[in-house]
Amino acid sequence: MNDTLMADNIVEQAAAWRAAGRRVALATVVSTWGSSPRPVGSQMAIDADGAMAGSVSGGCIEGAVAHEAAKTMEDGEARLLSFGVTNEMAWEVGLACGGQVQVYVEAVE
Amino acid sequence: MKREILDRLLAAKAAAMPVALVTDLNTGLQTLVYEDTAHGGFGLEADLLDEVRRRIRQDRSGLLTDPQDEDGFRLFVHVHNPAMRLLLVGAVHIAQALAPLAVLAGYDVTVIDPRSAFATEARFPGIKLNHAWPDEALAELKPDVRTAVVTLTHDPKLDDPALIAALRSPAFYVGALGSKRTHALRLDRLRDEGLSEAEVQHIRGPVGLSIGAVTPAEIAISIMAQITCVRRGENHPC
Repeated sequence: MNDTLMADNIVEQAAAWRAAGRRVALATVVSTWGSSPRPVGSQMAIDADGAMAGSVSGGCIEGAVAHEAAKTMEDGEARLLSFGVTNEMAWEVGLACGGQVQVYVEAVE
Repeated sequence: MKREILDRLLAAKAAAMPVALVTDLNTGLQTLVYEDTAHGGFGLEADLLDEVRRRIRQDRSGLLTDPQDEDGFRLFVHVHNPAMRLLLVGAVHIAQALAPLAVLAGYDVTVIDPRSAFATEARFPGIKLNHAWPDEALAELKPDVRTAVVTLTHDPKLDDPALIAALRSPAFYVGALGSKRTHALRLDRLRDEGLSEAEVQHIRGPVGLSIGAVTPAEIAISIMAQITCVRRGENHPC
């Protein structure tokens, strides 16, 4: 059974990757409005090679979050990302899931 | 996240200790708030500590902002509570389907059955097994508000003591496998044991959402769906 399907163990995943010497960022949903698919507190761990565990949406923004996470791994700066959706920009930001989410991205030391 | 905060957070989670990781979104500093102490990069005033602990009890992560000043403090409270628990009484065929399904849904599952031929590692790989009598097992495991209890044996000698113990605990869900007729007889026995009408009506029986389930796996799905509904579905009939 895939461990990352089970609730609330992404921090453990991030720590395991870090312990193996990989650079890791942790992304956390800090607020949502409307019909966002993953609740506040949902997390995704990302490593420098782009490996991902967990999710912060229904697959709509993970790519964009991973892109920002790479910057955070590079410069060590945390980032607060906002993803919204309007009809005009839905394709542009890939937020076909609907709703709005704010995602906090931090490096794991 | 600083190494020390990460290590402390992992230790709290491993010890099944409720904790909140509070991140100051303006500065990136982080503090861990426990039920009786706090530790980390910044201090919180007493009223904010109280609010964080209230959110731990409510299992509610979210932003905590300054009501007086929109440019004021902006905190994210991430609650990490121990896993929800599911106590299954009866190491029967349905339990073999329900236990892994509940693990997948994030529950910490224990299968209780004094009949050690049923409750075996071979039948329940990786699942905690308890071979005590159900009432003794429940006295030891102490169901709390984050615990569901389901009886599956069909044997009143095993199910009834478990149900009595479960109904007198704060468990958020108590379910019992059995047909309508079996369930009616069960409620009569429990009333004879001195349980109140309100207590016996708290049992979900026949257990599970009505989805026409037939096989053990389908019945397990209907039970897990009902547990999910009771936990999450504030305005849904369960």
